[in-house]
Amino acid sequence: MKDIISVNLNNRRNFLKKTTVASAYAATIMTGLLASENAQAEWLADLFAPAPMEDSFNHSFNTNAIALSDEIKLKLPTIAENGAVVPITVTSTLENVEQVYIFVEKNPVPLVAIFDLSPELDAFVSARVKMAKTSDVIAVVKTQSKLYKAQKLVKVTIGGCGG
Amino acid sequence: MSTIKIRTKRLDGKTQIRTLISHPMEHGRNMDEKTGELIPAHYIQELLVKHNDNIIVNSNLGAGISKNPYFAFMLKGGEVGDKITISWRDNLDNSDSQSREIE
Repeated sequence: MKDIISVNLNNRRNFLKKTTVASAYAATIMTGLLASENAQAEWLADLFAPAPMEDSFNHSFNTNAIALSDEIKLKLPTIAENGAVVPITVTSTLENVEQVYIFVEKNPVPLVAIFDLSPELDAFVSARVKMAKTSDVIAVVKTQSKLYKAQKLVKVTIGGCGG
Repeated sequence: MSTIKIRTKRLDGKTQIRTLISHPMEHGRNMDEKTGELIPAHYIQELLVKHNDNIIVNSNLGAGISKNPYFAFMLKGGEVGDKITISWRDNLDNSDSQSREIE
């Protein structure tokens, strides 16, 4: 039994090593293991707390100064008729992309999602997000060494609060 | 019936993985119009995608993801018959998992 757990731990570690919050994860891996087979790591509750955009950035990256990059492409509608469903596609030509973050600036909880991508994947993520009102949508791409972002204003004619 | 639908498509040696999950994704700030009470938060927090036994996507989601979430990823390579497994867990500790072979 002990062996099985340590093997599992190693697999998880290898994958998680890439994330900036590896140390925070390490403590919670055991509980995650016991709680559910599907859940791989504890959910990052701190990052998803309601907060202004700047705080959310600071929390996630310990900095507010992230360089804009032309190598990240954001595919978003200019005007979203329905803020409850706004399709977004983030692609990037940057090398060694490890994580993609999606933020909606004016949402009560700006951080929408964090995707940890393995090297087997292209830097490509599509999703659908809610937008409370007209706002910048920001994608932050974390490569092995640096953070980059791209942003785009999306006008919302009907807010997304109605689920 | 599973809550997860998976579609794969081979494109120029790559494999596009698309998934649609049925889930309310309530963020807890919506009012129930009949009772006037808040609808409790109920949303997916973790999503995991595996290619055979390798984890290829591990994501943390917030309630800012739309109801009945859709995601797409692009796998470099991938062969016909490879197994794609997608699983999620929400804030109420419900979870589901579904597999599909690449066609």
